[in-house]
Amino acid sequence: MTVASPRTPPLSSRAAAWASARAPTFAFAAALIVLPSILPNAYYFDVAIRVAINATLAIALNLLIGYTGQISLGHAAFFGLGAYGSAILVGEFGWPPGAALVVSAALVGALAYVVARVILRLEGHYLAMATLGLGVIASIALTNEVGLTGGPDGMSVPDFSILGLRVAGEKAWYWIFAAALVAAIVLAGNLVDSPAGRALRALHGSQTAARSVGVDASAFKTRVFVLSATAAAIMGSLYAHYEGFVTPGLAAFPKSVQLVTMVVVGGMASIWGSVLGAALLSLAPELLARFEGYETLAFGAILVATMIFLPRGIAPSLSARLRRKES
Amino acid sequence: MSQFLQSIFSGVTVGATYALVALGFSIIYNASGVINFAQGEFIMLGGMIAAFLVAAGAPLALAVVAAVAAVAAIGVIVAKIAIAPARGADVTTLIIITIGVSMVLRGAVEATMGKGGHALPPFSGDKPIALAGATMLPQSVWVVATTLALVAGLALFFERTRLGKGILATAHNRLAAQLVGVDTRRVLTVSFCLSAALGAIGGVLIAPIANTSYDAGVMLGLKGFVAAAIGGLGSGVGAVAGGLALGLLESLTAGYLSSAYKDAAAFVIVLVILLVRPSGMFGASISSRV
Amino acid sequence: MLRVEGLTKRFGGVDAVSQVSFAVPEGAIHAVIGPNGAGKTTLFNLITGVYAPDSGSIRLRGEEVAGLAPESLARRGVSRTFQNLQVSMNLSAIENVMIGAHLRLNSSLLAAMARWKGLAARDRAAREEAAELLAFVGCGAYVGAEARSMPYGALKRLEIARALAAEPKLLFLDEPAAGLNHTETDEIEDLIGELGRRGVTIVLVEHDMKLVMNVSQHIVVLDYGKKLAEGTPEEVRRNPEVIAAYLGAENGEA
Repeated sequence: MTVASPRTPPLSSRAAAWASARAPTFAFAAALIVLPSILPNAYYFDVAIRVAINATLAIALNLLIGYTGQISLGHAAFFGLGAYGSAILVGEFGWPPGAALVVSAALVGALAYVVARVILRLEGHYLAMATLGLGVIASIALTNEVGLTGGPDGMSVPDFSILGLRVAGEKAWYWIFAAALVAAIVLAGNLVDSPAGRALRALHGSQTAARSVGVDASAFKTRVFVLSATAAAIMGSLYAHYEGFVTPGLAAFPKSVQLVTMVVVGGMASIWGSVLGAALLSLAPELLARFEGYETLAFGAILVATMIFLPRGIAPSLSARLRRKES
Repeated sequence: MSQFLQSIFSGVTVGATYALVALGFSIIYNASGVINFAQGEFIMLGGMIAAFLVAAGAPLALAVVAAVAAVAAIGVIVAKIAIAPARGADVTTLIIITIGVSMVLRGAVEATMGKGGHALPPFSGDKPIALAGATMLPQSVWVVATTLALVAGLALFFERTRLGKGILATAHNRLAAQLVGVDTRRVLTVSFCLSAALGAIGGVLIAPIANTSYDAGVMLGLKGFVAAAIGGLGSGVGAVAGGLALGLLESLTAGYLSSAYKDAAAFVIVLVILLVRPSGMFGASISSRV
Repeated sequence: MLRVEGLTKRFGGVDAVSQVSFAVPEGAIHAVIGPNGAGKTTLFNLITGVYAPDSGSIRLRGEEVAGLAPESLARRGVSRTFQNLQVSMNLSAIENVMIGAHLRLNSSLLAAMARWKGLAARDRAAREEAAELLAFVGCGAYVGAEARSMPYGALKRLEIARALAAEPKLLFLDEPAAGLNHTETDEIEDLIGELGRRGVTIVLVEHDMKLVMNVSQHIVVLDYGKKLAEGTPEEVRRNPEVIAAYLGAENGEA
């Protein structure tokens, strides 16, 4: 017996509710549209693009870590594998980039499925260890299979072109990555506020309780893992074409740590938190550049301080403070 | 045969280092449930500080002792500033904090000593000892002998001294330990101090053999963690067994399969262990009540 | 509705549950009682799929279900509450209840992301039903609250609301009155009675004897994992073996 559709409220009030819930997204999209007109040169576009990529990755990872509570210290591997997938299919085998992106993402998704079925029965530190191990193995493989991947020096990637149209240059790519980010925000937002999203969050809170009402724990965890990995792979493919070059570092442990840090610092289980975290941590090296030679130290110190004083991350702490002011 | 023996020798040497790192992990995990991702940095700091002091003119023995003491103090500071305030935070937050600490330590060394490699002079010369057709560096003997001594000392500490038993009690049941008067906050500090010292000793022991630099701690820390996981997180015997097993496995992989993939060996093993027997070789089986 | 035969579960050399057999007809309210450690919660966990039995059979309306996972049993109309609270503290009170309706809603990830037609409307309906259930169990005051801000007694009732949201045919209540005061226990008693009137088959584990005697039609007594006795409340309270097992026991009148 399914839940019956009730007498629905009038269209106008529903539309109003929908618009007000989506207002922040509209505002953000508007800001992204306006941004290019104030960015001075290509360098700034590049920075904006990197923030957008990291933000999209962080949102995808947050679905897994923040909402579903499954830690992954190897997620960059999916990003890197997606990037290399496109690089190899297009660079070595001459595939059309569009098809290469789809196939690469599909292959990474399939790999993620197999991995998930095997390791998602683990929890806590054990799961962290397993994902870390897999990530490191992937990056070692990418470094060592010189014949296929160009080894530690990496390999170059031809430009992205679809239906004969070539995409090149920071300005063109900016629109693509900005659109991807907005899409990620919308899709993730839809997911969170739905029965599926509730099931994921319930699993995080109490897997026992969720299973007792019929939530298929391993199926859901697997699905969100594959979703998150596939999203990372797609971003990887796009990045490969943008950068024109891929190196094994894309899949390495430091990149995975960077992503987890963005999620945790920005705010677990908070989509805007991920955007914020990605922005802060992508821009920090630029801002910290003045501390020539002290970047790692300063970065680490900021990280520790944030986690001690704002353990739930910046966005949830901020919104909690705002809510307390209202009441 | 001699190549096999050679692999065994280098495997045991490297394994002893991993064992020390793993012991450090286990002690901290036992005392607080925290996985200290900065453990590798303690090793790195031991070697780097000693090298710094030697370069500044200090005699080797003094430099080594001073370095270990300094790193032990750093361990105490880390425990008090970074870990104690975050008690009760969830697993992911704690992991990020220790990763942040590792960045601070690494960044501090990078800023003061640069990115270059540093080495320590060997403790008793570098003339290789011939043994059964293979050769062994005198430093390797130092590594293994010191590790054995340390393991024996730790066993005595945990079983005979009040402080040691207090740490074990806290590991088993924090509340009960508090109720019988164990100062559990002191347990955290002591465990970090001890683990840092252990790491630093490992660092100074291995620095004459392998060049150390500001980022030497990353892989060491990861592999030490793997060794601890293989042996069973929280088990002292497991840490040593895991360390040796890992060292031997790496050495044999490098010797007989491919030196490029020897790093991967550690992680393949840990995956197998996690799937087959997650509590490791000697860890206790965990079950939770519903 | 439910037939358990020869159910056995061993934990490291100890028989937590040993050769337990009983039957629960449809629409009945049964209770399982026994001293602490008698194996009541283990029995529940066996029947609801948390543990797999070492031997024995569990039949749900004729179908053998021993060893099935909790999710599969939920699909067959089984629902439960937990002795040690299992509430998703990261969710709000109403979301906790809504999760009970999981199987009746479209839980596809892709459909959710694409905002499939009708998903939002049915979600709204589920939210309204959840609010009604909260009121039904006496937690109406917490409709807008976060689960982590609710007191213990309210959380126990929240679990019942969640279990009810699944529209179960067979409901297991594991110590629903534990930690509750007299007023709250009376409310639970009324609640169970009302559920029985609505035709839900209920099996409860409880230490509060007054509640058990008032509400159940049939009682199974466990001791040291074995079935000691069973019968109507009158028969059980007069059974000398039961009295002996409970000598020195806790709350409720004899």
